[in-house]
Amino acid sequence: MSASTFGSGIRRREDPRLITGTATYTDDIVLPGMLHAAMLRSPFAHARIRNIDTSAAAEAPGVVAVYIGADTDGEIGPAPCAWLLPDSGLTIADYHCIAKDTARYVGDIVAVVVAESIHQTYDALDLIDVDYDMLDAVVEPKQSAAEGAPQLHAEIEGNQAFHWTVTGGGDITEAFESADVVVKETIVQQRLIPNAMEPRAALASYTKATGELTLWNTTQNPHIVRFLVSLVAGIPEDRLRVIAPEVGGGFGSKIAVYPADFITVFCSKKLGVPVKWVETRSENYQATTHGRDHVQEIELAATSDGKIVGLRATVWAGMGAYLSTAAPGIPTILHGLMLSGVYDIPAIHEDVYGLYTNTTPVEAYRGAGRPEATFMVERLVDLLATKLGMDPAEVRRRNFIPKFDDGHDVVTGLTYDSGDYDGALTKLLGEAGYDQLRAEQAEARKEGRYIGVGLSTYVEICGLGPSQVAGAIGFQGGLWESAIVRFHPSGKVNVMIGASPHGQGEETTFAQIIAGELGVSPDDVKVIHGDTENTPMGWGTYGSRTTAVGGAALALAARKIRDKAMVIAAHLLEAAVEDMEYEDGKFFVKGSPESSKTIQDIALMANVAWNMPEGVEAGLEATTFYDPPNFVFPYGAHLAKVEVDAETGSVTLQRYVAVDDCGPQINPVIVEGQVHGGIVQGIGQALWEEGVYDEDGQLLTGTMLDYAIPRADGLPDIEVHSTVTPSPHHPLGVKGIGEAGTIASTAAVYNAVIDALQPLGVSSVRMPLTPERVWRSIQAAEEDN
Amino acid sequence: MFAPQFDYYRASSVAEAAALLAEHPEAKVLAGGHSLIPLLKLRLAAPSALVDIGRIDSLRSILEESGTIEIGALTTHAELASSELLRSRATALAEAAGMIGDPAVRNRGTIGGNVAHADPASDLPAVLACLGAEFRVTGGDGDRSVRASDFFEGLMSTAIGEGEILTSIGVPTVDSACGSAYAKFAHPASRYAVIGAAAALVVDEDGSCTCASVTLGGLVPAPVRATAVEEALVGTRLDAAAIASASGLTGEALDTDDVLGDVYASAEYRRSVAQVWVQRALSSAAARCG
Repeated sequence: MSASTFGSGIRRREDPRLITGTATYTDDIVLPGMLHAAMLRSPFAHARIRNIDTSAAAEAPGVVAVYIGADTDGEIGPAPCAWLLPDSGLTIADYHCIAKDTARYVGDIVAVVVAESIHQTYDALDLIDVDYDMLDAVVEPKQSAAEGAPQLHAEIEGNQAFHWTVTGGGDITEAFESADVVVKETIVQQRLIPNAMEPRAALASYTKATGELTLWNTTQNPHIVRFLVSLVAGIPEDRLRVIAPEVGGGFGSKIAVYPADFITVFCSKKLGVPVKWVETRSENYQATTHGRDHVQEIELAATSDGKIVGLRATVWAGMGAYLSTAAPGIPTILHGLMLSGVYDIPAIHEDVYGLYTNTTPVEAYRGAGRPEATFMVERLVDLLATKLGMDPAEVRRRNFIPKFDDGHDVVTGLTYDSGDYDGALTKLLGEAGYDQLRAEQAEARKEGRYIGVGLSTYVEICGLGPSQVAGAIGFQGGLWESAIVRFHPSGKVNVMIGASPHGQGEETTFAQIIAGELGVSPDDVKVIHGDTENTPMGWGTYGSRTTAVGGAALALAARKIRDKAMVIAAHLLEAAVEDMEYEDGKFFVKGSPESSKTIQDIALMANVAWNMPEGVEAGLEATTFYDPPNFVFPYGAHLAKVEVDAETGSVTLQRYVAVDDCGPQINPVIVEGQVHGGIVQGIGQALWEEGVYDEDGQLLTGTMLDYAIPRADGLPDIEVHSTVTPSPHHPLGVKGIGEAGTIASTAAVYNAVIDALQPLGVSSVRMPLTPERVWRSIQAAEEDN
Repeated sequence: MFAPQFDYYRASSVAEAAALLAEHPEAKVLAGGHSLIPLLKLRLAAPSALVDIGRIDSLRSILEESGTIEIGALTTHAELASSELLRSRATALAEAAGMIGDPAVRNRGTIGGNVAHADPASDLPAVLACLGAEFRVTGGDGDRSVRASDFFEGLMSTAIGEGEILTSIGVPTVDSACGSAYAKFAHPASRYAVIGAAAALVVDEDGSCTCASVTLGGLVPAPVRATAVEEALVGTRLDAAAIASASGLTGEALDTDDVLGDVYASAEYRRSVAQVWVQRALSSAAARCG
């Protein structure tokens, strides 16, 4: 038990309710007198709204209210963008919750119907008559930047949301001019659609008599929702309670506070009854935020022996029609600052243009900016290896940052915490049997078969914080986390945290942290999260930060408890505090472990308070607000092995081997699960997933029949290994593991496919690597030869 | 999404279903619901009524009678896939049924609903056309049988007339010197066929091919026979070279503007690689002969 509990793969306590269907999601909650809302969304990507006739809908059976944009004037403000990227010329277009005069993407809300039943709302939507004037649309970010492109917002010139740059190290022009070799590539990081298992939903219940509102919401960050709803809907924060009940996945798409959330609040406030809105899967595709959507022109300069001397890039990042809550920080701070990767690169320069397009707004999607950066760097390193005729593993080795355990500065301005990148790659190559794989590849080529081996070595920025940095980078919030640890008289423990896990397993791992720190059984610890009324303030679960930041807060709160318990134990054992010792949940006088007080003994005494030391308060409870001194930087090395059928272009992923280092693992089974899920999402980008718009801005991949989410039968067993390098500044040494797999795997699979196709002369294929795209690139290469 | 309003009738016999259809000409027949319900929920179809035939047990059977395997319209894909009779005597059909969607879809979706919907990307039409199936239809002007070549008229269109119900499908049985197979290029999202190739081969006792049937689906509005491939196979010993050479003639069946393309796979690509799937189906079918 106790100390050994930290690090053991105990079962997730979340799972019984999830797999027996007894978890309570937002849509499961039914309140007396509740009405239903449904949104009428623009079927056109860009259109002026000349007139909306709601009269027939208003008279339809069961309909209580129909609202259009003008009805919300003075009631709810625009949906805010809360990452005000500095020094970037940021322009924020008003994102009216209900579009007023212009619809700017397929899915932009133009009206809302509130009715007694969900079916009545949809029947009434069909009766609303909107007179649209079609306008030209632009869907691709680089085209949006071009002269003569359709303009989305009158007040914003050239559709430009921002122009952000990162420059670090030596003179980049000089680096390229003096380089022996330069490799270049253009990469399209296609648009991805997150597809959480649970679609988004909101249930707002306003009580006119008290002016209080409770909002159940599918969110990764209920405290941020409370803050923003109070600002947008004018409900004081102290009268506003936000509850994230069971949340069925988010992957970043449940960070934003959306127009539909504010509209649901507005409807409940207006009508004085509970109103529920649940999006359909089609709406989820159209209107829940998407991810990626970059066009990247990248180049790398190096010496003839493979030493990188500079990296330069220009990125056009599609932001969608409006800026979602955290959107501007994703293709910039979380992307550009990561361009040194695991390598020592003496000069880096990147320009990022954020552009409005007539598409669904783009937000964080698992990895959020970092997969796009890792892909660029890992692609360039492979191109360099090819150009120099070197093994890709060797090129990486020549450029790795040497092993360090307490800080390393890269030229983009970050200070990595700890890492042994060569160690991770060495372990990977051993576990995968790299030399045998290369031998197998050579044999296969003789037989006319195309096997490829791809590497991806990565580092990521996790544990978003500290708050001072948040301020400096324009994030309109803090990035600390909080925890309350409360012992009850019986020795059972409640933990209240501000972060809001939604599938990651922290109800289990946080109990393990308490068990490790205080010697209680994890079964005696219940972790409470997701309700702003009974949890302390926190900034949410995203960016692999919940354990990295919230877990630190929890460990420190537990240590406060231990210190107080020590004082009480010393008093009960009639000893001086400095003579006391603690081990595995027991407090005793040094040398006399046979006569001890357990943490449960202390909890009882502290709660009944019959015999407390002088000056010590009753109760056994501690609160910590933890603001980390720096980010944490997990890293690793991944390998994919593929075979390409040159006749049809189809790719078979045969092996996937991962080595990840997230520091000490609280629960290795949960870590493995996170690694699996992350890897699969990254593979999805490489091979299957793409949100496709036609030139008119119609979403062509708007259902699960069209948009290919990875399925088990397309995947090999994933071989998971790890190394352990503690973070020097984290109380538990832990880093973060939620996004690692996604950050690494897209590049590994892509590099493997290009490696397979090398004998055919193919060096670039647009993602996803569908059979047709691979086949066409083979055909084109054959024509060139 | 949420379906628009409709009236619902549950028929307990084929006769009752036919009477309900006569009474409600705008009604649609509901079997397993795996094609119709999504259309309703997306509001792409708005029938005034549904006539549910899903509980007419007499329509759910696989029986062999006088040279024909008679398959009731309500037989599920899972039942087709696991039928020993089909696996041994109409292998391609069992094989194709086992590739449809996922287990949940196979447990609910029915052969009758599938072919009546006539989605070009569906697997079963090509296989049934390849095996020379006949479709039994009742209602309207009485009972009739329609050959596969006449049944599938085009995109989402069949010979089932107004007021008619598809009750069963007859697949001719063949002797053990015959082998059949289905090869499929599945769409990664929908699992529908981007390209589907069905092949049935008969050999004489010397191992020479006496009869070949090759049908393509997925990439055309209705199943298409690859007659050039068939003709090239007859008289060969079905060795790899013969199959490769015959498969190379697949394009002749696709020399039409009707080849379907979408955002995932263009018509040009499908036309170019279809022969690979024909070759795979033929190789499997040949291995199963004898």
